[in-house]
Amino acid sequence: MLELKNITKKFGERTILDNLNLEIPDGQILAIVGPSGAGKTTLLRCLSGLETPEQGSFLLNGQPFDPAAPANAEQIIGVVFQDYQLFPNLTVLQNITLAPKLVLKQKEKAAEKQAERLLQQLDLAGKEQLYPYQLSGGQQQRVAIVRALAMEPQVLCYDEPTSALDPALREKVGQIILSLKNEKMTQVIVTHDMDFAKQTADKVFTVNALDALGGDSV
Amino acid sequence: MTYIEQIAPSLLAGAWMSIKIFLWTLIASIPLGVLVSLGLLSKFKPLRAILKFYVWVMRGTPLLLQLIFVFYGLPIIGIIFQRYDAALCAFIMNYTAYFAEIFRGGFQAIPEGQFESAKVLRLTKWQTLMHIVIPQVIKIVIPSIGNEVVNLVKDTSLVYVIGLGDLLRAGNVATARDVTLVPLVLVGVIYLAMTGVASYALRKVEQHYSKWR
Ligand SMILES: Nc1ncnc2c1ncn2[C@@H]1O[C@H](COP(=O)(O)OP(=O)(O)OP(=O)(O)O)[C@@H](O)[C@H]1O
Ligand SMILES: [Mg+2]
Repeated sequence: MLELKNITKKFGERTILDNLNLEIPDGQILAIVGPSGAGKTTLLRCLSGLETPEQGSFLLNGQPFDPAAPANAEQIIGVVFQDYQLFPNLTVLQNITLAPKLVLKQKEKAAEKQAERLLQQLDLAGKEQLYPYQLSGGQQQRVAIVRALAMEPQVLCYDEPTSALDPALREKVGQIILSLKNEKMTQVIVTHDMDFAKQTADKVFTVNALDALGGDSV
Repeated sequence: MTYIEQIAPSLLAGAWMSIKIFLWTLIASIPLGVLVSLGLLSKFKPLRAILKFYVWVMRGTPLLLQLIFVFYGLPIIGIIFQRYDAALCAFIMNYTAYFAEIFRGGFQAIPEGQFESAKVLRLTKWQTLMHIVIPQVIKIVIPSIGNEVVNLVKDTSLVYVIGLGDLLRAGNVATARDVTLVPLVLVGVIYLAMTGVASYALRKVEQHYSKWR
């Protein structure tokens, strides 16, 4: 269970997240939907440690944790960025195995084996030695998902996973998200796409443009 | 032909001196340039101010002046260098500043998202730098570094002014003694060969980094 308690985030005078409370049971999918500028990305950035909230706390299975604190293998939040942010200087395989090797201290062989299994699962077999620029946008996104999964995160977050995809790929990423749910992965999806949210998520948390993103949702 | 054979040893000895200055300057000032560029981008204001001042002075004054300053100027206040050490000192200080500016631009061209992506993967700052940022920076800066490297080959001739026995001096001595243009022409050919080798090596590095975009 992932819990966000009384999260408040301001940029200068502006309150973007106002005393926000959220709970996500293990293995469930939460979609955060709302118009542009509502603070969806900001919420995701707080959860992944890229922004520090002024106030509030995060709990994973009842244990408080600091998303910005360095590695603790039991408290990893994976992120798939809107623009994927693969490392252009590394091959697909290197993109995926770099952090497991350096951070989780996995052996090269073990890291590669796991990467290959995940690539297979996401329909990317044979792409190991390609560089990101040699992949289509949809393939790059799936590599980004594999890269996040290879860190064995407790929660996997997506920022606008469908925004750059055509309908067929949109369906495909939806299937991937659901197949990860079958493997008990807890997931958070930030999106504009209400239909996609309804199709994939267990719960949809809707935010309003004019209000700060706040209140309770359980 | 025999005349060329006769002056070849002194020209080659001079060329070797130029090459030594070239290589030591590169070996020292490229890593130092990376360090200074990181300082120029650091959040610690006093460090940034000092390094900015250093780069401003080094790039805004002639290398020739810096050479003369180190070798003829500093002894006045009791700091005495051998000719060769003075040359290396001035060259490294000067080229570090140029390389630092180039690397600073390179680091700034790396999208913030790359750092964030590394951060959520829990890579340390050092790991992010070594595995992700520096390779990308190198690719960006190779053309500008290339220009400076070719300039450096030619700039080594400035050590003439502090009486170091480099290639230019060897040629000039022979021309003055034997009243012929041959030594100076040969000196030109040797400089062309050296800039040619440097350009070739840089193209190889560039090719290595063209595997990805
Ligand atoms: N680093 C920052 N400094 C100042 N203001 C910021 C910063 N990041 C975001 N904001 C502001 O916070 C608000 C919420 O931004 P956020 O990116 O979270 O919105 P969003 O809901 O993800 O929008 P979109 O759907 O367009 O992606 C915006 O008004 C934005 O201008
Ligand atoms: Mg957003």
